[in-house]
Amino acid sequence: MTAVASEPRRDDHARLPPHELLGVALQGLATRKLRAALSALGIAIGIGAMVAVVGVSSSAQANLLSEIDQLGTNLLTVAPSQDALGNNASLPNTALAMIAGMRNVSSAAAVYQVSNVNVYRSALIPSEQTGGIGVDATSDNLPAVVGTSLASGHFLGSVASRYPEVVLGAGAAQNLDFHQADGNVMVYIGGHLFTVVGILKPVALDSTLDGQAFISLPIAEKYFREPDTPSEIYVRSGQNAVNGVANLLPATANPQDPSGLSVNRPSNVLEARAAAKGQFTTLLLGLGAVALLVGAIGIANIMVISVLERRGEIGLRRALGATRGHISAQFLAESALLAAIGGVAGLALGAGATDVYAVTKHEPFVIPSYALIAAPACGFVIGALAGLYPAMKAARLSPTEALRA
Amino acid sequence: MIELSEVIKEYAGGVRALRGISLQVADGEQVAIVGPSGSGKTTMLTILGTLERPTSGRVEIEGTAIAEASDPALAGLRAHRIGFVFQSFHLQETMSVLDNVATGMLYMGLPLRERRRIARGALDRVGLSHRVDFRPRTLSGGERQRVAIARAVAKQPAILLADEPTGNLDSRSGAGVLELLHGLGLDGATLVLITHDAAVADTFPRRLHMRDGEIIEDEAA
Ligand SMILES: Nc1ncnc2c1ncn2[C@@H]1O[C@H](COP(=O)(O)OP(=O)(O)O)[C@@H](O)[C@H]1O
Ligand SMILES: [Mg+2]
Repeated sequence: MTAVASEPRRDDHARLPPHELLGVALQGLATRKLRAALSALGIAIGIGAMVAVVGVSSSAQANLLSEIDQLGTNLLTVAPSQDALGNNASLPNTALAMIAGMRNVSSAAAVYQVSNVNVYRSALIPSEQTGGIGVDATSDNLPAVVGTSLASGHFLGSVASRYPEVVLGAGAAQNLDFHQADGNVMVYIGGHLFTVVGILKPVALDSTLDGQAFISLPIAEKYFREPDTPSEIYVRSGQNAVNGVANLLPATANPQDPSGLSVNRPSNVLEARAAAKGQFTTLLLGLGAVALLVGAIGIANIMVISVLERRGEIGLRRALGATRGHISAQFLAESALLAAIGGVAGLALGAGATDVYAVTKHEPFVIPSYALIAAPACGFVIGALAGLYPAMKAARLSPTEALRA
Repeated sequence: MIELSEVIKEYAGGVRALRGISLQVADGEQVAIVGPSGSGKTTMLTILGTLERPTSGRVEIEGTAIAEASDPALAGLRAHRIGFVFQSFHLQETMSVLDNVATGMLYMGLPLRERRRIARGALDRVGLSHRVDFRPRTLSGGERQRVAIARAVAKQPAILLADEPTGNLDSRSGAGVLELLHGLGLDGATLVLITHDAAVADTFPRRLHMRDGEIIEDEAA
């Protein structure tokens, strides 16, 4: 009945339910917008800096991981490992054929190190100046197996097995100052003139190949009577069988002495590097934390001033039935809300900075999902802490003194 | 029901604002407390309104002994049973007239819609239906005090306490406010009004004269 409904409740409890508290706090902030915005800015800058640090490192990490994904994580290498005495074990000549015949191996290529042979740009260069370019004999499918392609020219082919042709790794070409392989440039290898027919792009999965020069096996045998055993074999396995193939590789390559061989997965190195990129830069995070602290002090300061200015309001609310707890809750809520808004603004700032970074570096834009919760939550907690003292001050104000004013 | 016995209120610094007040005010009574400035009238009102505890003596308001009651219990008493009207209005400029009156019931736990509905009724009773959406500062002094009265009476308090409610008003609007307060007394609320103005006090059936923190005369017509 309306008559009953219009009668105010008479159980004599003072109440301020959470939604009313929120309303009171929002109203308190809304009436001092500029001041609220300025004090929230401090928190926004601190949280923005932290979000940007996390965002940029996550984006860089995501970028590296997607590069690794493109290169493939199914490349394995098998090579002789040095024993305790420093003696090299060896890969038997039959290893490549045995590996290529394995289940779940899609392709494999071997490199044979041609020792004691150097690459020069002309016959006049003294033999000491080798530029550190080693010579490997290999097969035509090496670029495909290791996941690279030609920056210029073509790789070894049928002609290269009969005539002295060479393909340079990216680093080797740079060392020799070659940028184009148009069939007109020559190098001296072990005293023989070789035509440079190709230059490789960098091999992301195994950068040691970049510093090498590659010739065909028949030519290596014909000119240098070397080598007889592979120095390393590159293996592409089925994507879901990488571990199985890796386990079987040593015994397949050398059934007599499998323990003399070591198997590596080059993408692991890159993944470790990606993980390292994901680590936040502690120094930058520290700077963000300092900005946050300054922001928190700013909020505490503003709230103390606010309490003094609003003594009349506090006295009135006490007269209207607010408990000390209601008064302190009101100021705590204002402070926490203010900083939470700062946290959301900081999230936007940090995301903006990350976006600028991602666009200029052509990397994917990544903000970890936890940051979406953590940024406002962080602001809220900081604001609540900063508001603790002002709220207690407000609650302790004598209501009559405020009302006399 | 208001009962005070041997109430002493001493402020920090040794100022004795009340020096042994004993007093009974029955439900529905209309009482004026009259005295010169500094005689302890406002202090008396803060004690009656449970905003302050006495230094010594016994205070019982609506059956609650103030000395033993907790802060939330006293706040609850104020929220539901006591209405205040101040000389300087204490309206909030950041809110409309309607919300100023509605906020008077905030701590009762009434939902906003209900508060606003009751507030409209209260503003209607004080003759300000046409001012509900105004800001307080756009109103005249008399109108502002009527808003404050609406805020105090909207909750239908058992006790209405007014401290110099006409002190900031010209005599015409002062008279209007006084008439309004007397009229609201028909609801059965106890009304205690403080004034230094004998003419205002004379409109009350019972007058307590104060001087130097003591009641020197309890005068009933
Ligand atoms: N918070 C206070 N601290 C110290 N003295 C006060 C305080 N409030 C009032 N007084 C003193 O108490 C006495 C009574 O004050 P008050 O109750 O305001 O009188 P009235 O309202 O009759 O003018 C005065 O002497 C005043 O100076
Ligand atoms: Mg006074």
